[in-house]
Amino acid sequence: MSPSTRASDTDKGVRSTIPSAGRSAWDRLRRRRTAAAGLVVLGMLLASSLAAPLLMGDPDAVDFAAVLQSPSPAHPLGTDQLGRDLLTRVIYGGRISFLIGALAVLLALAAGIPVGVISGYAGGTVDLLVQRGVDLLLAFPGFLLALTLIAVLGVGVTNVVVSVAVAAIPVYVRLVRGATLVIREQTYIEAARALGAGDRAIILRHVLPNCLTPVIVQSTLQLGAAILTAAGLGFLGLGVRPPTPEWGTMLGEGQTYLLSYWFIATFPGLAIFLVVMAFNLVGDGLRDALDPRAGARG
Amino acid sequence: MRAPLGRYVVRRLLYALPTLLGVTLAVFLLVRLIPGDPARLIAGLLASDDEVQRLRVELGLDRPMPEQYARFLASVLAGNFGLSAVTRTPVIEEIGIRMRATLTLAVTSTALAVAAGLSAGVLAAAYHNTAVDYAVMMAALGGVSVPVFWLGIMLMLLFAVHLHWVPAGGSGTPAHLILPAVTLAAFSTAIVARMTRGSLLETLNLDFVRTARAKGIGEGAVIIRHALRNALIPVVTVVGLQFGTLLGGAVLTETTFAWPGLGRLLVSAITARDYPVIQGIVIVFAAMFVVVNLVTDLLYVAVDPRIRYG
Repeated sequence: MSPSTRASDTDKGVRSTIPSAGRSAWDRLRRRRTAAAGLVVLGMLLASSLAAPLLMGDPDAVDFAAVLQSPSPAHPLGTDQLGRDLLTRVIYGGRISFLIGALAVLLALAAGIPVGVISGYAGGTVDLLVQRGVDLLLAFPGFLLALTLIAVLGVGVTNVVVSVAVAAIPVYVRLVRGATLVIREQTYIEAARALGAGDRAIILRHVLPNCLTPVIVQSTLQLGAAILTAAGLGFLGLGVRPPTPEWGTMLGEGQTYLLSYWFIATFPGLAIFLVVMAFNLVGDGLRDALDPRAGARG
Repeated sequence: MRAPLGRYVVRRLLYALPTLLGVTLAVFLLVRLIPGDPARLIAGLLASDDEVQRLRVELGLDRPMPEQYARFLASVLAGNFGLSAVTRTPVIEEIGIRMRATLTLAVTSTALAVAAGLSAGVLAAAYHNTAVDYAVMMAALGGVSVPVFWLGIMLMLLFAVHLHWVPAGGSGTPAHLILPAVTLAAFSTAIVARMTRGSLLETLNLDFVRTARAKGIGEGAVIIRHALRNALIPVVTVVGLQFGTLLGGAVLTETTFAWPGLGRLLVSAITARDYPVIQGIVIVFAAMFVVVNLVTDLLYVAVDPRIRYG
């Protein structure tokens, strides 16, 4: 093979692998039946949450003539102690849970990524200080950290988002710092610097894009974890305030009526279970699709 | 080269100290972040103005922050977490009473998780890519996804309300421990099973396992006697890390089953805004977690002869 043909091959190779790498990752994700099942479940739950106002009536509509009714054609999942339709409330609950999960993960990303990149890229004293801070946050078990912050901040949607996000920040700082440390030592970074690229350009153009894969995988799993933590706070009566139809809060209220009315606590919990499982399936599938080496290990 | 082990242990112990100090500082600062008068918060809503003023001087809340922290740290080190704002009993006594219940639950669940998770993980690896493997992996997926409080309620409905095999909640007899322990163990069991399976599958590809097989040793003996010992090393770490999730799960499990532990006390303290109790329990929980991680790290070194502690 002459040097000229090899060069043009590589050239073509580079051009054609960029789009096809993405496509094949997507193909691999879809081909994993379990990940595909997770995507379908997530899609349905997300669609029904978004369409809730079109599909269902008022989730807070009280009906004292229909209190604590078992599942029936009129109320497929039954009614609660105030006669509110549980199917309506479970579907509306998805809006709250998805919203809290998404906001918490975005907030954790917004804080965790810059701190992680700077810690890994700067090294030295900065890195040492940041890592001690992370150690400190990690000394509190995750759920306990969120719970402690709620104790200080008080209940309500905003405080739940903040508490869940803070508990997730150390995960991102560690992850991004680790990726940055690896990327920083690559030859192409040295090449970029030799060509006169500044720190800012190197971080924005080389380091951040290369951190993307682990961050996407982690965020998918983290969405499930955030929803679970928020629901746990709700269950304890320390999350979203009633009458907002949040799954964990509904479950906590339902436990009072458990002995005679099983359905009040059962269905909101089933919804949490399904959403978290779907995020875990998609997250595991994404990891396998985007990072085949990691997938082969487990 | 056993000599440096002692030095490693000492260094690892010294390393845990700043973390523990940081925990007390974080908790100290957090409680002072709460809007309002800290003396009023610590005294509780029932205290009179005189009492609040006395407490302010007594706690040194009129002093500068660094001095306040030094005093706080000194009393925490002496085991003095102050008085509960609600019951007026020393916080350390309330913690002492509840500690045993939480430890019983946490230790039983960890033991369950290790026993069940190891067995399931070994089975899945031994029958890799068969129905057994898939069943274990599906169950593990369920275990990491299920909300612990909902699992508890479902088990309670089935085994206590319908079948009447075990009590639905409370404590006192070993039967009361069964449902909370199983509920709390679910997540850790799933993690241990996944880790054991992955680690064992990797080990089974190593040269020394091929040698063992070549010698004509049966597959069962290869797994149990040769591969598992090596595969266990990462599992030890995972069990330690799990302990944090377990403590968080304990708060939810104790509330579900009316189990009289620290977690339930913490939730009622948060509801009652009893800050001295919240402060004490959070410090105790974090300290337990730091200590368990320390023990795990030391165990890890003890288990794996390949690690050079330096």
